[in-house]
Amino acid sequence: MKIKKYLLALLLCSSAFLMTGSLGAQEMPDAAGAVEAVADAIPFQEGYDAFMATPEAAFFTISNIWLLIAAALVFIMHLGFATVESGLGQSKNTVNILFKNVFIICMGLITYALWGFNAMYPGFAEGSAGVFAMGSWFDVAPSVDMMTAAYANYTWYTDFIFQAMFAATAATIVSGAVAERVKLSSFMIFATLLVTFAYPITGSWEWGGGWLNTAFPDAEFVDFAGSSLVHAFGGFAALACVIVLGPRAGKYVDGKIRPILGHSMPLATIGVFMLFLGWFGFNGGSVLSADPYLVSLVFVTTALAAAAGGMGSIFTSWIFLKKPDLSMGLNGILAGLVGITAGADTLTPAAAIAVGLIAGILVVFSIVFFDKIKIDDPVGAISVHGVCGIFGTLAVALFGSAAPFMTQLIGTLSIGAFSFIFSFIVFFILKVTIGVRVSPEEEAEGLDIGEHGQEAYPDFANSTR
Amino acid sequence: MKLVKAVIKPFKLEEVKEALADIGIEGMTVTEVKGFGRQKGHTEIYRGSEYTVDFLPKVMVEVVVDDADAEKTTEAIVKAAKTGKIGDGKVFIIPVESATRIRTDETGPEAL
Repeated sequence: MKIKKYLLALLLCSSAFLMTGSLGAQEMPDAAGAVEAVADAIPFQEGYDAFMATPEAAFFTISNIWLLIAAALVFIMHLGFATVESGLGQSKNTVNILFKNVFIICMGLITYALWGFNAMYPGFAEGSAGVFAMGSWFDVAPSVDMMTAAYANYTWYTDFIFQAMFAATAATIVSGAVAERVKLSSFMIFATLLVTFAYPITGSWEWGGGWLNTAFPDAEFVDFAGSSLVHAFGGFAALACVIVLGPRAGKYVDGKIRPILGHSMPLATIGVFMLFLGWFGFNGGSVLSADPYLVSLVFVTTALAAAAGGMGSIFTSWIFLKKPDLSMGLNGILAGLVGITAGADTLTPAAAIAVGLIAGILVVFSIVFFDKIKIDDPVGAISVHGVCGIFGTLAVALFGSAAPFMTQLIGTLSIGAFSFIFSFIVFFILKVTIGVRVSPEEEAEGLDIGEHGQEAYPDFANSTR
Repeated sequence: MKLVKAVIKPFKLEEVKEALADIGIEGMTVTEVKGFGRQKGHTEIYRGSEYTVDFLPKVMVEVVVDDADAEKTTEAIVKAAKTGKIGDGKVFIIPVESATRIRTDETGPEAL
């Protein structure tokens, strides 16, 4: 046991060493190489001031501000994840769920700076396969071509922080699905590897100019804000982990499903509203400028899809599951949001309602289906993000004309497959080395005591122990 | 001295407290409990799966009184807590060996 732990520590330390070793290696995208030579000749402050005096600086400044606000909105989604997951879990596991979410945002931002950002946007060279690129420390000494409109409608730093907020959300999707029985250390290792390495790989395929971007000329794959690159990616990683991990004890007994109730519907509701709020930044910022028409269109399609998703799941649960279920209503709103994420800028408001409605109906049946095949997902993450992520990607072709169906299908399935296979292998290795599950005694007593030695509600008399 | 122990429906607590005050009983201890007798539970549904809840929330009222007062205490509780519907609860009388007031060290009926 001790040797295993030392080997694991050695593995982790060498990974960290390798990553930080690339600190200081200043990577400049190839495309800007020529501009760089010229820009270097002018001192940054002078060039920057000169740019800020031009008329173009106005739109640049507004777009930059909007992207930064959007980054802050996506950040608040992590609070949404933390509350929705803890609300749908039992009170005895609340500290553990919150802790995982605190860890994820911290780890996500740092690893994205150390490796992920440059791995995701490497500037693939002509003729390369566009499948994988090495990462490195993201920082670039401020220069005119990275901090003005020469780069984009926003600065390099804005680009980094906006994208960094997305990266960690992939791991939060998994944390909900494996809650209440996963071993903390194994989860932390898995999440770190998923966010640091796997997420930038699939991200680079499309947003980083990789094979998905170039393989279908005139029939390009479209994923506006990440129905596949973020949500399906996370959902299929979650599915792989849940398969390896197994269900919570006592969930499936004698062929029957025994519900394990969430301990706080108010927390769950707060979480979903927070996620809804954050999605305005998630989709709105993905316009990558403050363009009035596009940003306002995206706000409208995003909100309508969320609303239709909620309506769809409310009435589906009422008709097919006897009563209107609050947690299904909440999942429906999220399903609508995931569903519109691929096409928020190319679908009409009417199409957005259709997409949201179908996603809301779909998610209810999906949740019930996964329970039937004994895939235990306390928060419905696999259904909301995996299933509706695929649907949202296909919806771009089904309800609009921005991309053909086959391209969307190939794109979303390849991303989902990569995420699933990566996660299955990594989590399986963790299972056979250090284990991925807490002991049955700890699961019964609650992970708060077992993993953290703390209680979330020490003042309340606990009737389950 | 006798311990009068009653399990009643939670919303009847205020009424029971006032009924006891009316007959001169001012102190009591109250606990939130779960239980069932002949009252059946109900079915709930969570994320598509049905389950029965057998244990229903109740409130347990405990008050220690003089032997002479035990019967009228019981009567007051029964009258106040009764709804006529199944699940109203039960009242028990249990003998108490001794009682001590912590602040003054008084014992016996003076401690009540």
